[in-house]
Amino acid sequence: MAHEKKLIKKWIQQGAKFEKHWAYTAPVKAVLPKSEVSEWGHNEIDAFVLAKLEDNNLKPSKQANFETLIRRISLDITGLPPKQNQLKELLSDKSEKGLEKAIDIFLASPAYGERMTQAWLDVARYADSHGYQDDNYRSMWPWRDWVIHAFNTNVPYDEFLTWQLAGDLLPNATKEQILATGFNRNHPITQEGGVIDEEYRSYYVVDRTNTLGKGILGLTLECAKCHDHKYDEITQKNYFELYSFFNQVDEKGLRMMAGPATIKKYFADAPFMTITDNETAGILSYINKKEGDSIKVMVMNDSLPRTTFIFNRGEYTQPTDSVQPNTPEFILPFSDKFEKNRLGLANWLTDKNNPLTARVFVNRMWAMLFGDGLVLTSGDFGVQGSLPSHPKLLDWLARDFMDHDWDIKYLLKKMILSATYQQSSEVNQELLKLDPENRLLARATRFRMSGEMIRDYVLTVSGLLNSEIGGVSVKPYQPVGLWAETTSGTGLLKNYVQDKGEKLYRRSLYTFWKRTSPPPNMTLFDAPTRDNCEVRRQKTNTPLQALAMQNDVQILEAARVLAENMILENKDDTKTLHALFQRILIRQPDTEEFEVLEKYYTNALQRFENKEEKATKLLAQGTYKHSDTDPVKTAAFMLTAQVLFNLDETITKE
Amino acid sequence: MEEKISKLESPLKINRRHFFSQLSTGIGSLALGSLLIPDLLSGGAPKAMPNQPLGIPHFAPKAKRIIYLFQAGAPSHIETFDPKPTLIKRMGEDLPDSVRNGQRLTGMSSEQAKFPLMPSAVKYKQYGKSGAWVSDYFPHIGKVADEICFVKSMHTDAINHDPAITFFQTGTQQSGRPSMGSWMSYGLGNENKNLPNFVVLTSKGKGISQGLYSKLWSSGFLDSKHQGVLMRSSKDAVLYLNDPDGLSRSDKRHLLDHVSSLNKIHHVETGDNEIESRIAQYEMAYRMQMSVPDVMDIKKEPQHIIDLYGEDSQVPGTFAANALQARRLAEQGVRFIQLYHQGWDQHANLPNDMAGQAKDVDQASAALIMDLKQRGMLEDTLVVWGGEFGRTNYVQGESFDPKNFGRDHHPRAFSIWMAGGGIKPGISYGQTDEFGYNVVKDPVHVHDFHATIMHAMGLNHEQLTFKDQGRRFRLTDVAGNVINDILT
Repeated sequence: MAHEKKLIKKWIQQGAKFEKHWAYTAPVKAVLPKSEVSEWGHNEIDAFVLAKLEDNNLKPSKQANFETLIRRISLDITGLPPKQNQLKELLSDKSEKGLEKAIDIFLASPAYGERMTQAWLDVARYADSHGYQDDNYRSMWPWRDWVIHAFNTNVPYDEFLTWQLAGDLLPNATKEQILATGFNRNHPITQEGGVIDEEYRSYYVVDRTNTLGKGILGLTLECAKCHDHKYDEITQKNYFELYSFFNQVDEKGLRMMAGPATIKKYFADAPFMTITDNETAGILSYINKKEGDSIKVMVMNDSLPRTTFIFNRGEYTQPTDSVQPNTPEFILPFSDKFEKNRLGLANWLTDKNNPLTARVFVNRMWAMLFGDGLVLTSGDFGVQGSLPSHPKLLDWLARDFMDHDWDIKYLLKKMILSATYQQSSEVNQELLKLDPENRLLARATRFRMSGEMIRDYVLTVSGLLNSEIGGVSVKPYQPVGLWAETTSGTGLLKNYVQDKGEKLYRRSLYTFWKRTSPPPNMTLFDAPTRDNCEVRRQKTNTPLQALAMQNDVQILEAARVLAENMILENKDDTKTLHALFQRILIRQPDTEEFEVLEKYYTNALQRFENKEEKATKLLAQGTYKHSDTDPVKTAAFMLTAQVLFNLDETITKE
Repeated sequence: MEEKISKLESPLKINRRHFFSQLSTGIGSLALGSLLIPDLLSGGAPKAMPNQPLGIPHFAPKAKRIIYLFQAGAPSHIETFDPKPTLIKRMGEDLPDSVRNGQRLTGMSSEQAKFPLMPSAVKYKQYGKSGAWVSDYFPHIGKVADEICFVKSMHTDAINHDPAITFFQTGTQQSGRPSMGSWMSYGLGNENKNLPNFVVLTSKGKGISQGLYSKLWSSGFLDSKHQGVLMRSSKDAVLYLNDPDGLSRSDKRHLLDHVSSLNKIHHVETGDNEIESRIAQYEMAYRMQMSVPDVMDIKKEPQHIIDLYGEDSQVPGTFAANALQARRLAEQGVRFIQLYHQGWDQHANLPNDMAGQAKDVDQASAALIMDLKQRGMLEDTLVVWGGEFGRTNYVQGESFDPKNFGRDHHPRAFSIWMAGGGIKPGISYGQTDEFGYNVVKDPVHVHDFHATIMHAMGLNHEQLTFKDQGRRFRLTDVAGNVINDILT
């Protein structure tokens, strides 16, 4: 107490200046700091980072070697390792120019849109099922196809948001703009027989409001549902004013049950749009739909105006005062120019004076590349959130992003071209002690890839990846009986019927997401359940992950197929071993590493010698066709590939 | 998820690197080729490990572990442990409005014109010194009544299954928060290096059953190592546990040793200690491949134990097998063992269905109590038995047939029981009105239930918090009172 009193006294003596919380004032571009001693750096980002390093008597790390950088950039932009047939070109020019060319190649790849979509699916709580018990199928994947298309055509972020929040309210809204509003129908919907309709309908509006908070504004709005926010300025009135934007939809709390829902392949609750061949012949040509199919996708409309009330203690049964659509003034007053509907809300969000929207997005992109955001709490920029490690850098980037018309590819390229990004991730014990979490950025952070990225990586390097884009979700390998055991699925979701052939090798963002039993090889690696908006995944390290890496059929099969291919492509064992290593780690082994690998292979070969039956058993992984290679040798190389797949380096962005 | 910062700020002062460095020293001292850590194979009650990473109880715990026999679907309190003679006298009469007193109804009976009272479909007996009333569906539980504390005054906020089960498991009706087991794992750490800390076992009766879903054992915003691990009765007891055919144990060891060698080379190059912990996790995975099948192998139990739990205990996937399994896991120091038995949703055909459901669980539930007791484990193992809400004292639907009727969901009053670690044996706590509709004495809310269980485990429910999205969260949210009267 005494200490606090002193602090307050001191503050008064200094003039008792009261400033708004940093995140609620619009970002400005500060003058770039200039170092007196160092020439280090490529662009503006580095000026801010270097200044902070020098304040802490630290120096930046050397640049990572070129191969590592190419792999890192490829993973960051496309979510995949660089393609073998592109490597020669990518590695041919090791200058800054060459690197920039590589970045452009990656950004132009359709895999970029898939990678960005993967991250957006967590924010948008996307799933292929409704969630809750009696979980059943929904067809929202055309919305996912739109997201991929939007990223690939580099739709500016302000437009990207506006379409998703209010595409239907745009003048002469196109089918594309309407489809984008599926974003706010991605939340779980119950179909439990006895529920009270209004209770759940209000949950959905709450979900949209909270998603706006966490996913777009970086605010913990949900705290103000039941009472005025304890830490931030958000009042309960603010909360329900925001809630009212989303409260005009003609929808039900209890989704339609039984008959039609359980037997129909494509089923959606009102309001929905229908995508037929007519649509895919026109503006929605990128929807990867089977000819003849007509697919219903849930979308937003405001066809049922409702009065919104503040709920006492957040209880839908206790309405009190009525409110009008409005946004919290302490962030940015809601202009008279804006309509009091979702379109007005989108205009307010993407107003260049809005202090949060750009900062929150830029920070999340930073976290995607660097492992952590400049603000650690990506979903909370409020008073309880963490302070930015480099506030001026964050503001500079946010302003620069808006100055460049919310151009996402521009933003990513800016970050990747920085010397900060291109540092080596090697760390000495001294630096580790000084800055264990790498908040000062004196090095690059190496961190484990997501479950999706790991699976895609393994499929790519083994040559199995099916690069078809978009379309209905697929059901690759999954431990048998999992859906049936949890018993929560109805209709099509009762039993997992595994797909066959090419569908087993699609990128992981297309893996069927059943909310009540999500794919285990994703959740074990910290994928969220998709019940709520999520903006930051944990990066845990657990024994169950080790088991999945060792025994998931998807990985074992990839090891087998890769072994077969490498044997066929190479003349002798030494060459095959080199090729295996290079394929998986996208670099050559050093002498010591090669010795270990060779020793392993030689011994593995002995273990299978004259045991063709044992080898054949091991090779019986997955349904992909077998090549005509010697089973004993193939088994030994398959296990060698397994050794490599299970390395920390393989599943880490170095 | 704000794991890093939150942990630094956590009152328990848990540091991930510290945890991993502990773990890796533990493993470093073993030869890489070593098989099982001996503590797994030793019998009897487990001892707490020194240097427990997370094990920081707030005060001396009475219970070290929990076995929660969740009866999913909500068994009727009228037909289990709360006899109501008034219902016999007033059978067929409409539930008085003064008793209903504004209670909201589910979508299934909101259109119903009348609410005719229906007495228990089964008779009751008194058991033991305590004279506890137990319905004739549960003769075995009756016989261990003196070990049990019946709580007849439970109430909850939710009226439908999904939110109500989620409420019991996570302290809130909407999904996203950590499960009880995850909180215990976070707060108390691990007693066994070879098994997960929070294990889930499921079974299904013949009655109408409501689905289960993985969010019930999700770790929410807590680190995912606190996630419940579903142990299945199928070949892969834990997902991805089994090596492929053609790969021997020695092949596997050989493979892992080389993975480890290459990882070590890379560790030296990068300086990143996360690689060390990856090596440690691979070793634990290797040990789990032995320890899990071993602990799951109920065939090893002697005949008198099989007789105790009943012949179903030898049929994998039944409640009886899971109950026996639960004891084996408890012996190995698993902190939280969560069973779910589905099929208790008797909207119709209650007399028949409920008899079957009870038969599934009665003998094995009682056997578990006796078995733990004879091993000296009941005193520090807390056993909980109950569903997510009660059922109406009136029939659901328009027909009125004492031989074939159903009851709708009822959140305002229901019964559960607890036994063992820190709970007073041979008592009944709380009371409902003569209709079995409202709690009239010593109400116990779900939050109180959580607070009490945490207390028995040595945790203060107001102090075990985790900061996420700017707020410190508790299992008990902002409520909950410890029910001291049922604690020893």
